[in-house]
Amino acid sequence: MEAFTTLTAVAVPIDLANVDTDQIIPARFLGRPRDQQRGAMFHDLRHAPDGTPHAGFVLNRPEYAGARILVADRNFACGSSRENAVTVMVDNGFRAFIAPSFGDIFFSNCFQNGVLPIRLPAARVDALRAALRASPGATITVDLAAQTVTGPDGTRDGFDIDPFRKDCLLRGVDEISLTLGYENEIARFEARRRIEAPWL
Amino acid sequence: MDTPRTLFDKIWHAHVVVDRGDGHHLLYVDRHLLHDGSAAGFARLRERGLKVRRPDLALATPDHYNSTARRDLDAIADPQHRRLVEAIRNNTRDHGVRLFYLDDARQGIAHVVSPEQGLTQPGVTLVCGDSHTATHGAVGALAFGIGSSEVAHVMATQCLWQRKPKAMRITLDGTPGPGVTAKDLVLAIIAHIGAAGGVGHVIEYAGSAIRGLSVEGRLTVCNMTIEAGARAGMVAPDDTTYAYLHGRPLAPEGAAWERALAAWRTLPTDDGARFDREVSIDATRIVPMVTWGTSPEDAIAIDGRVPDPAEARDAAKRDAMRVSLEYMGLTPGTRIEEVPVDRVFIGSCTNSRIEDLRAAADVVRGRTARVPAWVVPGSGLVKRQAEAEGLDRVFRAAGFEWREPGCSMCVGMNGDTGAPGQRIASTSNRNFMGRQGRGVRTHLLSPAMAAAAAVTGRFTDVRRLASQGA
Repeated sequence: MEAFTTLTAVAVPIDLANVDTDQIIPARFLGRPRDQQRGAMFHDLRHAPDGTPHAGFVLNRPEYAGARILVADRNFACGSSRENAVTVMVDNGFRAFIAPSFGDIFFSNCFQNGVLPIRLPAARVDALRAALRASPGATITVDLAAQTVTGPDGTRDGFDIDPFRKDCLLRGVDEISLTLGYENEIARFEARRRIEAPWL
Repeated sequence: MDTPRTLFDKIWHAHVVVDRGDGHHLLYVDRHLLHDGSAAGFARLRERGLKVRRPDLALATPDHYNSTARRDLDAIADPQHRRLVEAIRNNTRDHGVRLFYLDDARQGIAHVVSPEQGLTQPGVTLVCGDSHTATHGAVGALAFGIGSSEVAHVMATQCLWQRKPKAMRITLDGTPGPGVTAKDLVLAIIAHIGAAGGVGHVIEYAGSAIRGLSVEGRLTVCNMTIEAGARAGMVAPDDTTYAYLHGRPLAPEGAAWERALAAWRTLPTDDGARFDREVSIDATRIVPMVTWGTSPEDAIAIDGRVPDPAEARDAAKRDAMRVSLEYMGLTPGTRIEEVPVDRVFIGSCTNSRIEDLRAAADVVRGRTARVPAWVVPGSGLVKRQAEAEGLDRVFRAAGFEWREPGCSMCVGMNGDTGAPGQRIASTSNRNFMGRQGRGVRTHLLSPAMAAAAAVTGRFTDVRRLASQGA
C-alpha cells in the first residue's frame, strides 16, 4: 500500500450533511470491474439524467480540477459498506477527507486504501469549507506525522488519529501481512476456543 | 466484586487475540457471511496466493445480483452480474466454503439465512461485507459490516483489527399500541437520535418493548442500526432467543446445546454496567411511521404532515430539507395520508421474514392491490413456509407479484428498480436518493403499512384499515 506522509493539494468543499455512499457511487455501477468505475464518482449528482454534466456541481467546476482533498459535512459517507466509495475517490485522485464525522465503515475502509480520513470540530470544518468556497482552487496541507491540517489562510489545526492507523499509513503497511505475523497468537486463541466454546 | 460489564464488553473481551496496548485489538471472528458481492475479497486473496483460513466458519449465498423473477443463472440479464453470481459458486468451491446456491431452497438474503439456520448465535462475533450485518445482533451477537479489504483480511486470518467503539443503550419501555411493529420502533429511534446519532457506538436495545418483540422483530430493529450511524446493534439473549434457536440446523444440539445455553445465560448486561450514552424512549407513544425524505431520520407518524423547512432548527438542516422535498416531489404541510404511491415493495433484510409476510397478508386478505406490488421473500425457506400457510395465494389473489428470494428492490443491484419519479412504499431500510433507481422516491414503512398502501393506493394508517375489516 502507498504510504501517506504529507499532502498539499487543491481541496474541494461538499456542503451537504449525511452524504451516503449511494451518492458517492450508485449501486448500478458496483457490478463493473474497478477500472470501469472511475466515471461513476458522484455520478447522479454530477450529471443530469441525459448525461449532461451539472455545471454548478462543485466537482464539475474547473477551479477544483486536480483536487486530492475533500472537505465534507457531518456523517460523510454513511450507509452502505461498499468499499468502492473509497476506491472510486482514490481512482479520481483523492487521498484525504476532512469532516466533523464519517460513516463508521467508510472510515475503516479509508485506511485499507492508504487514504486519511480526518475528523475536526464542526466549526473548524465549516470555516475550511467557507475558505475554499471563497477562493476556489485553494490548497490545504495535511501532515500526518505532525497530525496537522493547514488551511488556505495558514490556520493550523491539530487532529487525533489512532496510533495504530497512523503507523500503518505512514509506513504503507499491508494489514494482512502484519496479521499473519501473529499466527501463533491466532492459533493459541483457536485452541483455547475449541475447549471453552466447542459448539462453535 | 467484578466491575459490572455490558453484553458488548463481554463479547468484545472474549474475542481479543492481541491487545497492542494502544487501544487497538486484533479481534477473532466466529462467523463470516459471504455473498455475490464478495468477489473482490476472493480476488485479493488469490493475488496473494492465500487460502480461506477457516472455511468451516463461513457461509455463502448469492443475494445481491441474482434474479428474483426466476431462480437460475440464465435469468440474470447482465453478463457482469451473472459473472458475480458464478464467481461465488466457483470461489466457494475452490476454498471449501459452504454455499447455498440458486438451486438450494436455503438460498436467500445472507442476513435472513444465517439466523434462520441457527448459524447466528449469542456471544459470537459475526462479520459480512454488507452494512446490514448489524441485523445479527438481535440474538446477542456482536455483528458488523466491513469493506472488501477487511473481507479479504478475515478470509486470510479469521481476525480483524478494531478499536473498541463506545457503548450506547437505547431503552424502549411500555407496550406499543396495535399496528405498531418493530419497523415503527426503529424508525422512531432513528428519527429521535438522528442518522449520525450512533456514530462510533455499539447500541444495545433494551426495555420492555424490546423484550416483548419476537426474535424476528429484534432482527428488524438491529438491522437498521446502521441507519442510525452505529455499526452494530444488539439485544441481550433471553428465553425468546433460546426458543428461537433451539432445533435450527446449525445451532448446537444435545449436550452441546446445554453447554452453550449455560454460557449464553451469562451474556446479558450486568446491573450497574456503565454506558457512554443512554437514551430512553416511551414506546407507548410510537405510532405507525413513514419516511418523507431522503434520510432514514426523516420519519414521521402516519397521521402527520410533511414538515416545513422554514421550521428547521438551522440553515444547514433547512437546505437539506429543501433538497429532499424537491427530490421527493412533496409540498410542506401535506398530510402524508393524502400522498398517492405508484408502487409497493415488501422485502429486504429488514422485513422479508415469515412474520413480515404474515403481517402484510393479514392486511391484504380479501382486498385488491391498486398499484403494482411485489413480495420478495427473504429466503427460499421463508417462501416455502409462506406457501405452506397459503400467504402466496393471498398476495396473488390481490394482484401482488410473488417472487424469488434476494435483496431485489432494496438496493436494485440486480436491476429490480423503479422508474424515475415513481413513488415507492418500501419495507426496506434506505430512502437515499437513487437507492431504488435513479429519480425513484422511496418511503420506508412496515410490511403492514406497505400492504395498506398497496390496497388503497396511498399512505394509509393501517390501524384504521384493520378496524374496518376486510
